Amino acid sequence: MKSVVPVLTVIAAIIGFWLLAVIPMNMHLVADQAQRDGAVVMPDTPIARQNFGGVTLALKNPHLIPLTYNFKRPRLPAPQQVAVEMYDTIFDKKITSKRSLVYHGWVTLAPTLLGFAIGTGLGILLAVGIVYSRVMDRSVMPWAIVSQTIPILALAPMVIVVLGSMGVQGLFPKSIIAAYLSFFPVVVGMVKGLRSPDAMQLDLLRTYNASKSQGFWSLRLPASTPYLFASLKIGISASLVGTIVAELPTGARAGFGARMLVGDQYGQPLVSWAALFAAALTAAALVGLFGVIERITLRRMGMQAT
Amino acid sequence: MILVAIACVVWALGWWINVRLANGAMSDRMLVKVLIPLIFGATILVVWELMVRGFEVNPVILPAPSSVMSRLSGEGAILWADFRQTILKGALSGYLIGAAAALVVAVIADRSDFLTRGILPVGSFMAALPIVGTAPIFVKWLGSDWESKAAVVAVMVFFPILVNTVAGLKDTTGMQRDLMRTYGAGYWPTLFKLRLPAAMPFMFNGLKIGTTLALIGAIVAEFFGSPTVGMGFRISTSFGQLALDMVWAEIVIAAVAGSALYGLMTLTEKRVTFWHPSQR
Repeated sequence: MKSVVPVLTVIAAIIGFWLLAVIPMNMHLVADQAQRDGAVVMPDTPIARQNFGGVTLALKNPHLIPLTYNFKRPRLPAPQQVAVEMYDTIFDKKITSKRSLVYHGWVTLAPTLLGFAIGTGLGILLAVGIVYSRVMDRSVMPWAIVSQTIPILALAPMVIVVLGSMGVQGLFPKSIIAAYLSFFPVVVGMVKGLRSPDAMQLDLLRTYNASKSQGFWSLRLPASTPYLFASLKIGISASLVGTIVAELPTGARAGFGARMLVGDQYGQPLVSWAALFAAALTAAALVGLFGVIERITLRRMGMQAT
Repeated sequence: MILVAIACVVWALGWWINVRLANGAMSDRMLVKVLIPLIFGATILVVWELMVRGFEVNPVILPAPSSVMSRLSGEGAILWADFRQTILKGALSGYLIGAAAALVVAVIADRSDFLTRGILPVGSFMAALPIVGTAPIFVKWLGSDWESKAAVVAVMVFFPILVNTVAGLKDTTGMQRDLMRTYGAGYWPTLFKLRLPAAMPFMFNGLKIGTTLALIGAIVAEFFGSPTVGMGFRISTSFGQLALDMVWAEIVIAAVAGSALYGLMTLTEKRVTFWHPSQR
């Protein structure tokens, strides 16, 4: 709890920097618009203004500074503009409306969760296989590690289109991406976790004459829980990023990714920024949710959450 | 149908060899440890090739490895130009900028306990966010050449490296710091001789996470605007022309580049942190 004040300070500093950056970023656009509206602007042609940086232009025309915070199509929107747009599209629109961020959020969240569940389930199964089979360990594990260094996320849009052309549509193609991205972190983490009991503990079970499956259920699986949660937190945010990227360049009509793209293409930066922040909040909420579950589970198991 | 049958046989054969190797007497030799995954990979490639031919899969859906190979060898010039544009210019420069910025911020933040406690949670929060979504914004701000890609990459790699470095700079024991104090070492000697080296294992953790992020950022950002060269550009246009083998050729290059970058980081880590328990 004692880190609340420092965290708030850092956030305040970031917002402060953002507020300052709004002025030079939007100055040229605002100056052009103000001149069209009949205001006096210091260098009086757009070409002459191009020779100045945003800061100099702001100093020459201090009366235009307030306008940069309320510009309709800014290069960098002010924080309160994004906040207003988010409030508008989250609370003031009906959930079924095409302009509601809640609707778009669900379109993104549903495949993320489905894919995450599939990926985690398969990942745990493969990890169990790897721990108990030497052949699988030796053949698959190196590839599982190498595959994490491959920028597979960049292909998400292609996978969607290929599956679409094969007649697979809707929730499923995006789920595959999400599943793939959460799969390998879970495999790697779970293998580590299932192997975490040390020789002493394994020996103890052997002196109890415990069978392999007893050893699994009462030693290996519980011991792997902290590792599982660490992987789940990585996996869920990777899944969400994957779904969003999958939506970005494919001409998807709904979802956070689609909103970001629409805002960009139709000159509505506020829409993009609101979608970006909503996606960030969703990711944070998901990771936070798993953090809380982790803490509760580990406490009930008598372990200390880290 | 014969090809499919052969594929099944090849699969069984590859698996059988691996079972023998893994359970055999030599299974802990380095050579065998490398050989097993290689056999596994080669088996999958052969089965893939045979299956694609056997079932006559449309190349628009899944090209055979052989046609991808012929693209790789035949279109060398284009692929090299794409590689230079995306990896060398976009990803690497962004990676270096992001890493340097993260290092500087981490050292500054580390001077105050207050700042550290604020930056750690905020940084690890930011590291989990879909930062790649800022790609369209950066392309709009900085134009479609490599500068915008470098910016996306820099922001993406910044937070994981920052968080890890800040955590690493904290990783010295009171005993070690006391020793430095008895030597009469001030802030800077302590930083360079004790705390930065102690932070290295953590930093490399962040740097390794960053390598993959850098490639993802550089490629995805090209989907939103690029000159007519670059891996992301080639992937999306080849896709439009249904030249899936070209797409896969770019994927192979991205995979090799990603692994190479990661491997380079691991090697450097081994050289720099040879004293750390995990490396001995």
